[in-house]
Amino acid sequence: MLSIENLHVSVGDKPILKGLNLQINAGEVHAIMGPNGAGKSTLSHVLSGKAGYTVTAGSAIYQGKDLLAMEPEMRAREGVFLAFQYPVEIPGVSNIYLLKAALNAMRKHNDLPEVDAMDFLALVKDKVKLLEMDDKFLYRSVKEGFSGGEKKRNEILQAAILEPSLCILDETDSGLDIDALKVVASGLNSLRDPERAFLMITHYQRLLDYVTPDIVHVLADGQIVKTGGAELALELEAKGYQWLEEQAA
Amino acid sequence: MSAELKTSQYSAAYAGMKENLPGQSLAWLQALRANAAQQFADSGFPSLRDEEWRYTNVAAIEKKLFVPAADRTEVNAEILAEVQAQLLDGVWAIVLVDGHFSTQLSRLEGLPDGVVVVDMAAALEQHSDSLEAYFAQAVSDTENGFVAFNNAWFSDGVFMHVPANQVLAKPVQILHVATQAGFMANTRHIMALESSAQATVVETFVGCHDSYCSASVTEVFVGQNANLTLYKVQMEGEKAYHFGGTYVKQARDSHFQHHNFAFGALLARSDVHTDLEMAAECDLNGLCVGSKRQHIDNHTRINHLQPYASSRELYKNVLDQRARAVFQGRVWVAEQAQKTDSDMHNRNLLLSADAEVDTKPQLEIYADDVKCAHGVTVGQLDEKSIFYLQSRCMDTDSARNMLTFAFANEMVDKVKLKNLHDKVLQQLLLRFPQAGIQQDWL
Repeated sequence: MLSIENLHVSVGDKPILKGLNLQINAGEVHAIMGPNGAGKSTLSHVLSGKAGYTVTAGSAIYQGKDLLAMEPEMRAREGVFLAFQYPVEIPGVSNIYLLKAALNAMRKHNDLPEVDAMDFLALVKDKVKLLEMDDKFLYRSVKEGFSGGEKKRNEILQAAILEPSLCILDETDSGLDIDALKVVASGLNSLRDPERAFLMITHYQRLLDYVTPDIVHVLADGQIVKTGGAELALELEAKGYQWLEEQAA
Repeated sequence: MSAELKTSQYSAAYAGMKENLPGQSLAWLQALRANAAQQFADSGFPSLRDEEWRYTNVAAIEKKLFVPAADRTEVNAEILAEVQAQLLDGVWAIVLVDGHFSTQLSRLEGLPDGVVVVDMAAALEQHSDSLEAYFAQAVSDTENGFVAFNNAWFSDGVFMHVPANQVLAKPVQILHVATQAGFMANTRHIMALESSAQATVVETFVGCHDSYCSASVTEVFVGQNANLTLYKVQMEGEKAYHFGGTYVKQARDSHFQHHNFAFGALLARSDVHTDLEMAAECDLNGLCVGSKRQHIDNHTRINHLQPYASSRELYKNVLDQRARAVFQGRVWVAEQAQKTDSDMHNRNLLLSADAEVDTKPQLEIYADDVKCAHGVTVGQLDEKSIFYLQSRCMDTDSARNMLTFAFANEMVDKVKLKNLHDKVLQQLLLRFPQAGIQQDWL
């Protein structure tokens, strides 16, 4: 589904990613862990098309297409979803309106008619329940006054509505208390699908207790330095990152 | 031509109509009018030399001569349709056509006993004693030329009085309709809430496509522990001149919420002043959406006179094409007004390189134990928000349109009256058709 080869990315003159390789197939759940400053967020930003990053070498091929050449909205419409580490607040636009606008933009891209109002409402209410959210949530301005947990749950709600092929989660677990984490995790688990892949970027092992990854990568100094199964996360939690960085050096 | 000559032109033209004004038999009012006329003769309309008016040139009003409209007993079908389109359901409505009360169009049945909502001309006959106690207590003729002019020659208006502990079950709507070119509607209003009373008032201004002038001065008295929410929706015609002054006195523990929407007029100036006694609270919200060559000036002044009062203020301008907006917000804290809590913000979104805003928040603080904040932003849309919407499948144009709409809609969302909210939202949607946003999804 996604094939990243020798990806080099700089911010200004500073290289952040230094030859990253990653292969993600449909149905797989990948976790990328790593110390602060390793390039985790840069990876998610580059894949979703945020401005301010220069790709100096390498490629990212998504479903046979050059992902890095696409506008951010085209990536989203093609099924790449980024759950933001820090979702923005948009006072003045209700959550449900944003959801509908997003879904319709995606449907239009896929030559589908606009979603029927009643069908949409039914769909949204269904997903809202899944994430143990309150209906009121829908009619509030996007994330205005939402708690940290609500903001993150809302990101997953959007994913549930848009049904992306590749779901990139940028530290979705950071700042969540254990109850909110469980809800987010169960939402994510319900989205697991043989046709869908996940790239979970996280600083903490805790999320992986609830969403078991198929493959765990360690990102350090702009490269994947180790890849393993779910047990690697536990090892990292116990031993920290130092030994890997030393090994890499 | 000098300003003085123009002033005398107005003074002379209006001097002849004195006998037609309401309240002829009231000595106190005659004296008040005479003083005001003298004050106006001395000062004229404000000029750019006046610090409070340095960004807003009202010389165009002086170049023309807007004359008072005669009281029209009949209204035509067109006006009737406009009135009906603007009147809200479930309100007591008082309609002023070209500055004159229309019995036919107003709906005042079923007011609770003791509650007064009546046109000013009638009030001067029926309630002259209470009016005398209120008149010119919240604003004086020296405030500016419009106030003096208004006091001298107002033709009608509204008097509202809500007795103590009375909670008005329905809002009161004051609908101003201007129907004729070249005329001036000059109206005067008093709103008084006694202690622990509660009311909601909606002021709506609409008018024809020709050039006219609409001037309205309102004195508001919010009694102890009373609560008034006042909405102003200014949708004057595109060639209109609008002046609206709202001067509020808030007694101890009172609450005053003001929502000031400026959509229409070629040149509009709105003043909102409030004096806060002990632990009073005010909340001033404003939204101006300007385009073409509109000039919209909002002036606010919050005086913290006593301790423990709090004020909140947020004014937003969205300006396109060659529109220009002015915001002057002043918060003044008296020496004894300790524990004042004040927060004032002005946010501006400029959609075109030719749009312009002059913004001037001022804090003047004489107490030493206060919490006062203020801030101004002028700019374009936030790039992070645009990217966020792009990552939610929207192209950049749609994202920008949605964010622009959202910037303005935040103020509309504060309108608690459902049917008014929908009307204001409709105005906003009319002004952002490119956002492609439908009302039923908001």
